[in-house]
Amino acid sequence: MASVFEYAPAPESRSVVDIAPSYGLFIDGEFVEAADGKVFKTVSPATEEVLSEVARAGAEDVDRAVKAARKAFEKWSALPGSERAKYLFRIARIIQERSRELAVLETLDNGKPIKETRDADLPLVAAHFFYYAGWADKLDHAGYGANPRPLGVAGQVIPWNFPLLMLAWKIAPALATGNTVVLKPAETTPLSALFFADICRQAGLPRGVVNILPGYGDAGAALVEHPDVNKVAFTGSTAVGKSIARSVAGTDKKLTLELGGKGANIVFDDAPIDQAVEGIVTGIFFNQGQVCCAGSRLLVQESIQDELLDSLKRRLSTLRLGDPLDKNTDIGAINSAEQLSRITTLVEKGEAEGAERWSPACELPSAGYWFAPTLFTNVTQAHTIARDEIFGPVLSVLTFRTPDEAVAKANNSQYGLSAGIWTEKGSRILAVANKLRAGVVWANTFNKFDPTSPFGGYKESGFGREGGRHGLEAYLDV
Amino acid sequence: MSDQNRLSVFKTYKLYVGGKFPRSESGRVYEVQDHKGKWLANAPLSSRKDARDAVVAARKAFGGWSGATAYNRGQILYRVAEMLEGRKSQFVREVAHAEGLSKAKAAEVVEAAVDRWVWYAGWTDKIGQVVGGANPVAGPFFNLSTPEPTGVVTVVAPQESSFLGLVSVIAPVIATGNTAVVIASEKAPLPALSLGEVLATSDLPGGVVNILSGKAAEMGPHLAAHQDVNAIDLTGADADLARELEIAAADNLKRVLRRRTEDFTGSPGTDRMTAFLETKTVWHPTGSLGASGSAY
Repeated sequence: MASVFEYAPAPESRSVVDIAPSYGLFIDGEFVEAADGKVFKTVSPATEEVLSEVARAGAEDVDRAVKAARKAFEKWSALPGSERAKYLFRIARIIQERSRELAVLETLDNGKPIKETRDADLPLVAAHFFYYAGWADKLDHAGYGANPRPLGVAGQVIPWNFPLLMLAWKIAPALATGNTVVLKPAETTPLSALFFADICRQAGLPRGVVNILPGYGDAGAALVEHPDVNKVAFTGSTAVGKSIARSVAGTDKKLTLELGGKGANIVFDDAPIDQAVEGIVTGIFFNQGQVCCAGSRLLVQESIQDELLDSLKRRLSTLRLGDPLDKNTDIGAINSAEQLSRITTLVEKGEAEGAERWSPACELPSAGYWFAPTLFTNVTQAHTIARDEIFGPVLSVLTFRTPDEAVAKANNSQYGLSAGIWTEKGSRILAVANKLRAGVVWANTFNKFDPTSPFGGYKESGFGREGGRHGLEAYLDV
Repeated sequence: MSDQNRLSVFKTYKLYVGGKFPRSESGRVYEVQDHKGKWLANAPLSSRKDARDAVVAARKAFGGWSGATAYNRGQILYRVAEMLEGRKSQFVREVAHAEGLSKAKAAEVVEAAVDRWVWYAGWTDKIGQVVGGANPVAGPFFNLSTPEPTGVVTVVAPQESSFLGLVSVIAPVIATGNTAVVIASEKAPLPALSLGEVLATSDLPGGVVNILSGKAAEMGPHLAAHQDVNAIDLTGADADLARELEIAAADNLKRVLRRRTEDFTGSPGTDRMTAFLETKTVWHPTGSLGASGSAY
């Protein structure tokens, strides 16, 4: 299809971001080396170029960071809420000021298109801090009783798919409510969290209130299991979420988990097809499908299957895959070689189990980690690709005849994070939304986020909500 | 014949599962004594199979109960209070025996339990507005968050407060549309088993509350690991059992309400309800009205 849409390259300038050759851990307001001197490299998944060498936190560093956070807690939690608010407003503003730099950085380290980091990630990051800043001096009015107290030290472990946004979802409500934090970013995307440490410095945030520990799963486990941590917040895979739930059992640690999903995007026969197609594309190809709330199962009413799939395939043929820094790029790189191999394995399984695979003609760059937008038809509910989270640009198409069948199929999942409904009939939207066991339901839209809107799962997609008034509860002793 | 000469009729205490009153399928019973060690009754010693049957009944009841209007649930919870009020003297006697209280003290406990049903009856159609609402998102979207029941909830009822404590942990679970599998106080299960008789005559659909007597340590692990249970309340588990059950509950990420010491005579607050509520957020574009006044 390249002949239809020829675009000249329109790369965003890389020069707005200055990545140092090496970074330390951010503990007690200072960048320090890991106690055992270990480091790891972070690469650009689009080119496999090494971006920087980063200190790798171990158990000793976790202990040091928790101690710093504990020490900072007393003063931070005793600050008037109005003062804490101003720190968070400062952070929100600095993020806005540096948003182009951070967008480019995030695109380099994560591989997602600049269009997304610039127009979705960064605006949402700033908005999230701005939103929770406003709560800091209004907690008495949040519905959790008078003078609700913070929990103490929050240990937070975040994923690589929205590195800075997940950081914002974790740190903003924690600080607004008076907690101090130790946050571990994912090992493939540590840079934006380290830049955030610099933003804390610029904002004059007291030392120890935010500590950033780049590292691997061992550091995450040490953090979650540290006896002086009062709150554990994790976003990531359901398997790790379960092991965390086991490890905090019998303690007083408050736990919130935001885990996997297998969202059903339901298209009824009266849906506006063109809008539904856009919604399906947004649902599964936004961020290369590496989204916990992705609409990875398309449930289409049988009578419009052919028409819808024709339109969808036509649309997929126009998606532009390539340099994430190019402003025209729709599909960027897969975050890591590991993730690429997970996607590949599941897709091969889909074929082996008899589903029909289709991708548009699509040239993949020779370096980096790439996967073409992929669609499976002839999928049944028993297929692995209809049950397991793929976390990649892979859509499984199933059909239904009646609304009841659509609901039953949508709910036939261990997960319950998101769902979509496409129909012009209002009463059907409300009836179906009512019956879906999912924490977020997008009707005639998909993948919309807002700091005021609570987000989180049913069933094995986790528990607790992030965003809105609801998001405060996770960080308050209530 | 005067009371003195008349031989009283004992009650065979039975489980309450799926709206019926079965014995334990295991055929086992255990001796229940009052606080002085006097025999009161043989209670069913429920088995793993009984617990599983109770989950099946609770799951079957969930659709109807969670789909009932909040007003209807409130009416039924209030009906429970009415039925209990009428059978007060029976519960005063059972609670006095179970907890070693004077008749006057036991009466206070039972009255507080009746009032607790009334409190939660009033909550059914209010909690949605208190914890849900419209979210002012930065875009042309209608965005509404609504609390919904988590599903089937296993409740390890308090060991000491055999009746007020029991009611205080069951009512908030079902007020919002969950269904419950309850493990009664092990040493004082009789008020709980009698509560089943009250629930059965209060228009509460069968299966919404299922009451098992026996050992929490025996049934608990199966219920905590059960893949069709969505949440567990560990109030009545001791520290070791609570930890074991919380670990088992992680298998399908049950919502866990941890054990805690609680004065059930105090005002309950809302957190026992919110512990077993999910928040669902629904988005829809609002569109915009052009000059023609049309949304399209």
